[in-house]
Amino acid sequence: MSDDVLVKVDGVSKKFCRSLKRSLWYGVKDVGSELFGREGGHGELRKNEFWAVDDVSFELRRGECLGLIGPNGAGKSTLLKMLNGLMKPDIGTIRMRGRTGALIELGAGFNPILTARENIYVNGSVLGFTKQEIDRTFNEIVDFAEIGDFLDTPVQNFSSGMKVRLGFAIAAQMEPDVLLIDEVLAVGDAAFRSKCINSISKITNHSSVILVSHSMPAVARVCNRSICLKDGVNAFEGQTPQAILKYLDFLTVDSSLSSPDGLLKDCKLRISNKDKENWSQEITMKSGEGVDIELSFSLDTTVNDFCINIGISDGDMNPAIQIYSLRSHPAFMNNRANGSEKKISATIDNLPLKSGRFHINVYIAEVRSDYTIGRVFGSLLSAAVINVVDHYPGFAPVQLVAVWRD
Amino acid sequence: MDRPLKETVYSPDSELLSFGRLLRSMLSDLLNSRELAWRLMVRNISAQYRQSLLGYAWAFLPPLFTTAIWVFLQSQKVFTVADTGMPYPVFVLTGTVLWQTFVEALNAPLQMVNESKAMLSKINFPREALILTGIGQVLFSFTIRVFILIPVYWWFEVPFQAGVLLALIGVLALIALGITIGLLLTPLGMLYQDIGRGLGFGTQALFFLTPIVYPVPQASWAETLVTLNPVTPLLQATRDWLVLGQTGHLDGFFWVCVLTLIFLFAGWILYRIAMPHLISRMSA
Repeated sequence: MSDDVLVKVDGVSKKFCRSLKRSLWYGVKDVGSELFGREGGHGELRKNEFWAVDDVSFELRRGECLGLIGPNGAGKSTLLKMLNGLMKPDIGTIRMRGRTGALIELGAGFNPILTARENIYVNGSVLGFTKQEIDRTFNEIVDFAEIGDFLDTPVQNFSSGMKVRLGFAIAAQMEPDVLLIDEVLAVGDAAFRSKCINSISKITNHSSVILVSHSMPAVARVCNRSICLKDGVNAFEGQTPQAILKYLDFLTVDSSLSSPDGLLKDCKLRISNKDKENWSQEITMKSGEGVDIELSFSLDTTVNDFCINIGISDGDMNPAIQIYSLRSHPAFMNNRANGSEKKISATIDNLPLKSGRFHINVYIAEVRSDYTIGRVFGSLLSAAVINVVDHYPGFAPVQLVAVWRD
Repeated sequence: MDRPLKETVYSPDSELLSFGRLLRSMLSDLLNSRELAWRLMVRNISAQYRQSLLGYAWAFLPPLFTTAIWVFLQSQKVFTVADTGMPYPVFVLTGTVLWQTFVEALNAPLQMVNESKAMLSKINFPREALILTGIGQVLFSFTIRVFILIPVYWWFEVPFQAGVLLALIGVLALIALGITIGLLLTPLGMLYQDIGRGLGFGTQALFFLTPIVYPVPQASWAETLVTLNPVTPLLQATRDWLVLGQTGHLDGFFWVCVLTLIFLFAGWILYRIAMPHLISRMSA
């Protein structure tokens, strides 16, 4: 193992059991075979078992931050627990060098009845600090957690955000060689999340960090390399932007029509590259190119004037772009007489998106006589998909072009 | 980095295969867990009594109450007991206090582990800390109970003797025996709740097979059962040391202590090497 490689994972697999009764019994058997000095792994699956982590290998050096991403149930947390020594792998070996710190569940070990002050000492020693170390960093912890006024309040009266802040503040004082972080940034407000991300980046300077998260912006910001897991298998390893694309591919979102009062029916959207007439539900384009869209639907005969709002969201379903028809077109009129199908088409000249998968969502809303927008008649989410290809590894959804002068 | 980094290897191989390494890490974890155990103990004890009106009284009310009932029944001649060699209330109260200490030690490992499941499955801390915490809590509540023994002994004019110091060893032996049995049952008890339930039921049955409220019965099946019970010699000897200053149960005491030490070590190893497997099953 070369000198600055701190984590070496070699062909690691772990199996879980779907049935609880059997799982417990296998547990008894596994302890039994451990007692009889079993050597090597259990390579074969028993009844009702499956591989939760399947033959994963990687290396991590000091100063590197590895993102571990993948859909729910991909095996990320299981892998992290094996790295932390909480569970043993069934096959393969894990070598960890130096002191390992883990932010797996912040505030595990908090006692709700005790005050924040008392819990800082308890939680600190659970994480392996001595009393002197905690004394020394006590003020930093309190400052970081921003709980100054609540130091002598029982933790049970804390909001969940405050608990997580306190938990992170204590854990962030660790100076580990390897730091494992499991989705702890999900709670807490934006300001605190960004504080956490900064402190993780700072730790990365002198440690190896492995970050499990579903927040792609956070992964993109701190991880120089990422692994995308799917069903326990390493589906992609490499640059973070590409790993995120792979992850978003795994998130399939089905298109869904919703209309609370049943006023919108038979809504369909087709898209095509601009002027190419390749109508489809899914197209591929270069960043900055345009698209033609064609919408067909029928609205209830009671509906009068309406407008269309098109939302484009990224693979994580975060909104990226919005296009209101009212900005450039007067209200549309419904075919009130027979309520027959209505067809509307539009051209968007320029979509400066980052590379990745984008969903087009359509909303149809009332336009009142005073030209304000009223209630929403119905929506079609993920009506079509655009795959954008771009040379630049952006993490913001919209990539604009400036005029530069030197 | 100038300091050499310690390398930790996780593999499917049984830890028993490298026994020397296992022993070294058991010892170092035991040493490293002292501070954590202390914190957890202070945490548990202060939290336990903070949400209670009677507070520490809960440590000695149950044995006091049990003793009162038995003394009452005996005074009403509901049953008769053979000569106990000391005033009956002293005999029962001492027996109950010692028994309670044993039962608490017996339940401690499983109870501690079950209470700390969330911590166990998320944080890698020395697992020995939980057991040390349990022992500490048992010792703490025993200490409180000593304070009710003192006025009762004074009232019945039990003389203070040097044997009391030996009784301290007796109490430690009772706790060690309880912890040992508890440790051996913990892995199975973490998987199946049957163990926890059985433990409650079993200690009730064992109460009547231990000379707590009556001395060892003479020449009967009951005598054999009571004599085979490993708690018997420990409890008898400790009570004798406390009240009489000397005991006639030294042989039994000695052999139970030797067996306890051997099995305590085995239970410790079992607890350690079973833990990762149990955690896999808990959070799967």
